[in-house]
Amino acid sequence: MSPRVGHVITSGNTREAADVVSPLLSVSNLHKTYGSGPSAFEALKGLDLDIAEGESIAIIGKSGSGKSTLMHLLALLDRPTSGSIMLDGTDTSRLSAKQLNQTRNSAFGFVFQQFFLNAQASVLDNVTLPLKIAGVGRRERTAQGIAALAQLEIDDKAGNRANDLSGGQKQRVVIARALINQPRVIFADEPTGNLDTATGAVVEDILFDLNRRRGINLVVVTHDEELASRCDRRIYIRDGLIAAREAVAA
Amino acid sequence: MRGVDVLSTAFKNAFRSRLRTSLTVLAIFIGAFTLSLTNGLGTGINQYIDDTVASVGVDDVMTVTKASEEEPTDGPAEYDPNQIAADGAPGATATALTDDDIDTIAGIDGVESVEPSKSVMVDYVRHDDGTRYQLSVAEFVPGMRIELVSGEQVDLDASDPELVLPESYVEPLDLGSAADAVGQTVVLAVTDATGEQVTTEATVVGVAEPGVLTMGGAVPNDVLAAELYDLQTTGAPEAETTRYAEASVSFDTSGGATQTEALQDRLADAGFTGSTLEDQLGTITAVIDGIVLVLNGFAVIALVAAGIGIVNTLFMAVQERTREVGLMKAMGLSSGRVFSLFSIEAVVIGLVGSALGVLGAVGAGQLVNGVSGDLLADLPGLTLIAFDPVGVATVVLGVMAIAFLAGTLPALRAARQDPISSLRYE
Ligand SMILES: Nc1ncnc2c1ncn2[C@@H]1O[C@H](COP(=O)(O)OP(=O)(O)O)[C@@H](O)[C@H]1O
Ligand SMILES: [Mg+2]
Repeated sequence: MSPRVGHVITSGNTREAADVVSPLLSVSNLHKTYGSGPSAFEALKGLDLDIAEGESIAIIGKSGSGKSTLMHLLALLDRPTSGSIMLDGTDTSRLSAKQLNQTRNSAFGFVFQQFFLNAQASVLDNVTLPLKIAGVGRRERTAQGIAALAQLEIDDKAGNRANDLSGGQKQRVVIARALINQPRVIFADEPTGNLDTATGAVVEDILFDLNRRRGINLVVVTHDEELASRCDRRIYIRDGLIAAREAVAA
Repeated sequence: MRGVDVLSTAFKNAFRSRLRTSLTVLAIFIGAFTLSLTNGLGTGINQYIDDTVASVGVDDVMTVTKASEEEPTDGPAEYDPNQIAADGAPGATATALTDDDIDTIAGIDGVESVEPSKSVMVDYVRHDDGTRYQLSVAEFVPGMRIELVSGEQVDLDASDPELVLPESYVEPLDLGSAADAVGQTVVLAVTDATGEQVTTEATVVGVAEPGVLTMGGAVPNDVLAAELYDLQTTGAPEAETTRYAEASVSFDTSGGATQTEALQDRLADAGFTGSTLEDQLGTITAVIDGIVLVLNGFAVIALVAAGIGIVNTLFMAVQERTREVGLMKAMGLSSGRVFSLFSIEAVVIGLVGSALGVLGAVGAGQLVNGVSGDLLADLPGLTLIAFDPVGVATVVLGVMAIAFLAGTLPALRAARQDPISSLRYE
């Protein structure tokens, strides 16, 4: 294992100058084909993309254009049919299943359109799930869980069942869960898709605040132009290819 | 994920769907309950037999008979003037032991002493010219200890005739209480070889509890047994009086089972069959073990059915938690841990079901023992259903193993699940 991967796994608020030179994530000629034979479907047809440290990026496109497919590949949830994904300069196709698991666990946070909360479990248990998976002890988990909930101003709900929360509160819990392992990247697939406009705006504020203040990369899949416009960069996807790239003229 | 977290999560998950889990636990309960009870029955009866052997305290004595010389054939057996009726199945005969045989046995290496058994048929017992009652005289085994209500064991070396009388004779013979009976004299009658009825007296030294050993018979000391035998054989030709159905051989037990077997082999070489009390009871134990095995078979079938219940329960759980599993995998949980989570959940269900089943069986056993204590009063000391820790642990661990096996299929499905397809929506 190269020392760079070690750096990924230990996550980091420490960013050295050397890292800024090579992009955090670098994708080239990415292909993804679902199925095989006559029913094979080519969802991504050769994509190139670099994401720099601390950047927020929006992936925009119509339904079925391949946004989620791209995000899953970037988040190392799936392997591409061909093409490479470099993370911190390391070719991720060379990582073992265990290394992939560790990387996702320590360096990535996930926010989905659906909350995927365990309805019966307490808010605290839901938030600390990534730490439990990482093998952190109960006491430490509770302390970090409360801190993460406090950041999102819902620590008073820690003992409630997740089911008893409103949609906005649930999405805060989901963000707290995505934050708890101090990730370098938060992947958000339609994070506001299930929320009303006002609540959605609050969740957006939280995400961009994290990006700005803590330097956490944001990869947001959306078809909401308003949300996309707040990102540093927008990638438009059509039929598995990048149709347009656009940087914000800030 | 840490081991403790895997365990506690699996435990919590097992009870997330309470009704479903309870029903599966119930199915396992029934199987484990039945298995524990049938096991307990075997343990109880065999323990009773073992205890009986132990209380006899005669593991240094074996019964020796003369081996039949001819091989059993289908046709009618040839007449042998030395054959006498043997106890056992009607018509069964054994070749009698002569005084020469007794000498031969005494000369065999490892035999400490040999005593021909002199069986006597007592016509009646009577006290003070009262009513006459039939009485059987129990096989006398040196070293035998009988459970007594009062008094003492017969004194082997006493010069006066003594006997231990079964408790059931105390009242009919008008001996007063069991304690009063001790020290009183009773009259015993036998018919001699000439057909004449003769009597002799003996002192009651003890009153016996009913039990398997005495089979409701009186136990004489050596003097009384010899006297009754002499009376019975008076007037018989000598050839008759020196023929015995069997003999008791004392031997040294310090050599263990192998030495005992070696002695049995030497006896066999000399044309005799030696069997210890354990050998004789071993047959009964084997039959009981066989019956218990069949009963256990039914219980195991019930457990296998319960195991299929576990498979079903877990498949439903995997189905329900598809997204949860997908999310945990996305967050870096390894497939191995996912497998552990579900298979441990199955083992937890098995553990709860079998633990409750065993507890239930112990409770039911207590009830049955209470009832059977009254019904089987003739067998004091019998605990019909007994539990030994090894048997109980075997049932619990066995059920947990079945549960684990049942859990593997659903757990494998969960472990192989693709996180993306679980997390996809639209
Ligand atoms: N597992 C799969 N098997 C077959 N086709 C799939 C699978 N997943 C996605 N697709 C197809 O790939 C295309 C892109 O899907 P997706 O990335 O989810 O699009 P988006 O998120 O932009 O709506 C769609 O046409 C979808 O039907
Ligand atoms: Mg999508």
